[in-house]
Amino acid sequence: MKHLKFASQSSKSEGSDGSRSIVAGAQTAWDMLREEQTQTHITTSSEDLDAILGGGINCKEITEVGGVPGIGKTQLGIQLAINVQIPVDYGGLGGKAVYIDTEGSFRVERAFQIAEACIQDTLNSFVVQQRDVKVCQEKMQPKAFLANIFYFRICSYTEQIAVINYLDKFIAEQKDVKIVIIDSITFHFRQDFDDLALRTRVLGGMALKLMKLANKYSVAVVLLNQVTTKITGGSFQLTLALGDSWSHACTNRIILYWSGNERHAYIDKSPSLPSASAPFSVTGKGIRNAVSNCKRIKMM
Amino acid sequence: MASKLISQMGLPQSIANVFAARNIQTAKDALSYTEFELMELLDVGLAEVTSAVAQISEVTCPSYQTALLLMEDRLHNGYLVGHLSTRLKGVDDALCGGIPSGALTELVGPAGIGKTQFCLKLALAAALPVCNGGLNGRVIYIDTESKFSSTRMIEIGKNSYPELFRMEGKAQEMAGRIVVLRPASLSEFTEREYERDTRAPRKNSLGWHISFLKSLAEFSQIPIVVTNQVRAQSSDVAHYPFEVHNMDQTVKNHEHLESHLVAALGIHWAHAVNIRLVLEAHSDQRFIKVAKSPCSPPKAFPFVVTSGGISLLSDEGIEVMGPEINTIRCQGYDNLVRGERW
Repeated sequence: MKHLKFASQSSKSEGSDGSRSIVAGAQTAWDMLREEQTQTHITTSSEDLDAILGGGINCKEITEVGGVPGIGKTQLGIQLAINVQIPVDYGGLGGKAVYIDTEGSFRVERAFQIAEACIQDTLNSFVVQQRDVKVCQEKMQPKAFLANIFYFRICSYTEQIAVINYLDKFIAEQKDVKIVIIDSITFHFRQDFDDLALRTRVLGGMALKLMKLANKYSVAVVLLNQVTTKITGGSFQLTLALGDSWSHACTNRIILYWSGNERHAYIDKSPSLPSASAPFSVTGKGIRNAVSNCKRIKMM
Repeated sequence: MASKLISQMGLPQSIANVFAARNIQTAKDALSYTEFELMELLDVGLAEVTSAVAQISEVTCPSYQTALLLMEDRLHNGYLVGHLSTRLKGVDDALCGGIPSGALTELVGPAGIGKTQFCLKLALAAALPVCNGGLNGRVIYIDTESKFSSTRMIEIGKNSYPELFRMEGKAQEMAGRIVVLRPASLSEFTEREYERDTRAPRKNSLGWHISFLKSLAEFSQIPIVVTNQVRAQSSDVAHYPFEVHNMDQTVKNHEHLESHLVAALGIHWAHAVNIRLVLEAHSDQRFIKVAKSPCSPPKAFPFVVTSGGISLLSDEGIEVMGPEINTIRCQGYDNLVRGERW
């Protein structure tokens, strides 16, 4: 009773943007709707993939991307680290990227290649006012893009936890970081963790921290995961690693897989998007639309 | 980094004492607990725990570099950091320079296809002086199948770098830089490494070996190359739950599977390697395929084994679409063995 009385009294107080805060730290669904409608996305450079994602990878959310070795997870990670930097004038976010590498997969020459191609394609598809050309030219250089990727090389699960904790301070100081990519989230937890209960607790703590980070700084958190096999109903099935309790931790899940000779992406879990799959390809320029004649987006 | 001592991190004395009293000594011990667990264990308030954990994390976290600095480091240090050229132009281009340092490269293929020949060539390449395209360094060659042949390696040297090997004592100097280890079993080799660490996890687990190799690659920043064997592809190809409707297609491909092989050690190992080079044979020709490389689309190059090691028949390479890059074929193989010297 006291609680309800308190709530009805404080409903008269207004927040800084005119919203009424009922309980400290909470928001009404209506206010959240306004926020969701203006939510920003980071393009993947493949229009088909962006289409099933509702525009691209969402900021303020955790997206898990899993797939077999060689399907293109690291490629997608590097592409997003470049694409987040597309200046606002060209329809991007103009942000910086944090790339946490736990496996040594990051190849700086490849990042340069992808940056070059991204800049080329962006300049070709946008017409900028004359007075802005010089400013944009400085920003639109591959080396400038590489300078905005903060690279951490992590060698143990302790360092992985440490860097995720440290990101709170790091992002507060850097201010422009809009995406955090962890490639891969799995590696250090899969090798020699004898105590599975400890592993589950540690992973759970990590997931919470990342969710807070995503929310507090409006960054996109992209976690690349590996694949393992499990026996279900007598046959082997592919599933993402780290177990069942981890599978609840991420807001969105995308699985990259082979369909015949084409790479596809499937939305396995999302609070607002329907399950769908789209083809894509990995080219010398990075992630792009698939080149097959019978391109189609399958709704499942 | 994980074994950094809490006592040396500059925490406020009161909380440092509490950590010590509960026998939490290293960063690894502390960060393995969530903040609520620490609150309970240490009997201190959340604010204190949060600030202690933040400080421990900041100290334990490795320092960052921008990608630009990474690239400039590579260019600046030239041959020391970066790559070991394989002397095969097509493969080097597909790998953005050659076998990368600080990463794990795998050579997989059926018996007798040329993996050891490739390894001998790489070992020699690493020992050579920089002016001959080498790393001017020492090589550790771990030979578990007793296949290392000094005679063959000197032959490769004489045929690939004739001017160098004609010089007095050069052959001896180069061969002297290569140390060959022949453990009776892998556990014999790794046991010596970890005799002192009583808390070491199961030494025979694949996970442990993967960790060991990856850490070695990272700390030493040298190229690490491993060879792997093959096994037959099982008829049950695993799929994701949402792929159920594709099942009929795989049944039709059953006959296809019998001549197809896959790399041994499974998907866990496949994830762990950074670069995978697949050697296979079909249509009377041997191919080296660059599968799993972050630098280029999957390509196959035809090659032959010669007196000078391995050479490519074409530097252009054929682009391979789809998951076929990972399948290993072994057809028409007997003809090859009879026809060639090696």
